[in-house]
Amino acid sequence: MRDNPLLALLVTFAPLSLASIGGGLSILSDIQHQSVDVHHWLTQAQFLDDFGISRAAPGPNTLIVTLIGWQVAGWAGAAVASVAIFVPSSVLVYGLARIWRRYRGAPWQGKIERGLAPIAAGLILAGALNVLRNADGGWLAWAVAAVSTGLLLRHQKLSPFLLLGMGAVVFAAANLLA
Amino acid sequence: MTETAALPPPTLTTLFSAFLNIGLTSFGGGLSGWMHREFVGRRGWMSEADFLSGLAMAQAMPGVNVVNLAIWIGFALRGSAGAALAVTGVLAAPIVVIILIGFVYGRYGGLTSVHAVLAGVTAAAVGLSLTLGWRAARRASGDLGSLAVLIATFATVGLMRLPMLPVVAVLVPVSLMLAFRRGAR
Repeated sequence: MRDNPLLALLVTFAPLSLASIGGGLSILSDIQHQSVDVHHWLTQAQFLDDFGISRAAPGPNTLIVTLIGWQVAGWAGAAVASVAIFVPSSVLVYGLARIWRRYRGAPWQGKIERGLAPIAAGLILAGALNVLRNADGGWLAWAVAAVSTGLLLRHQKLSPFLLLGMGAVVFAAANLLA
Repeated sequence: MTETAALPPPTLTTLFSAFLNIGLTSFGGGLSGWMHREFVGRRGWMSEADFLSGLAMAQAMPGVNVVNLAIWIGFALRGSAGAALAVTGVLAAPIVVIILIGFVYGRYGGLTSVHAVLAGVTAAAVGLSLTLGWRAARRASGDLGSLAVLIATFATVGLMRLPMLPVVAVLVPVSLMLAFRRGAR
């Protein structure tokens, strides 16, 4: 295993795919532990850089795994790491979606959906809070997030791009003044 | 699921390009919020209720929420081919982009202005998550039991920062039990 980095990536990340209940961030510390402490693929500082990149880049934060794969073994590493982290859970969800369609309209289905709904809502709000708490920029990040939320709630068709650009400009300006 | 959709389902090409577009443009995270805005708000492919149910299922399953949600929506709209195209579309561009950014960062990393711009984008993108969370919360808190579960989830994971897994392991059975005891509405 040690002499084949692709295999190491696969057996490291595939189990984490199925362990990531509640979203990709729930396995972040495992990703960190495996790639920094166990396999020594990167240093702690490199991991934090990668995390910052994965947060700002488009797509889910879990793509940090793709980036680590690339750093370990190039494009093949990126491909293997992506397959490992995304395919196992995706197959499971696809299976559930099929079952859900087959029993569409069954009373238990609506009850399960209604039972899960408040937890989903609570987790989304908690996740947003945690992103803000760890955000660079302190109160400025909270202010930008608040303004952005207010505008999005009020204007259904407003392009989020405008807001992301606004956030970038505000932070760049603050950085210049600091 | 066609009976609840407001408009006829999209073609596979339209579906793929919509997900590709979201994957490519969702800087700063908050992808579920992007999807909600695009599919419920702008294109009207799904009802809000269907979207939020899919979101709850996507959260409950292992895996990345937005990937799960893409599979769920793709399957609901266009079956197996839709699911495959949705997940490919939402991941393909970001996979290439993150490697390019990683490459560039490896050379020019440490530029504080780049860092500040990325932080600003992330802060603004939180607005997308909060907007979706607000809508989901309003819909999910119709009765006292659900509201209590919602608050308990937010308080433990968000305010107290307890690990998500044990919290979910306790609250999911509780919330399901409440939902089944309430009976059909």
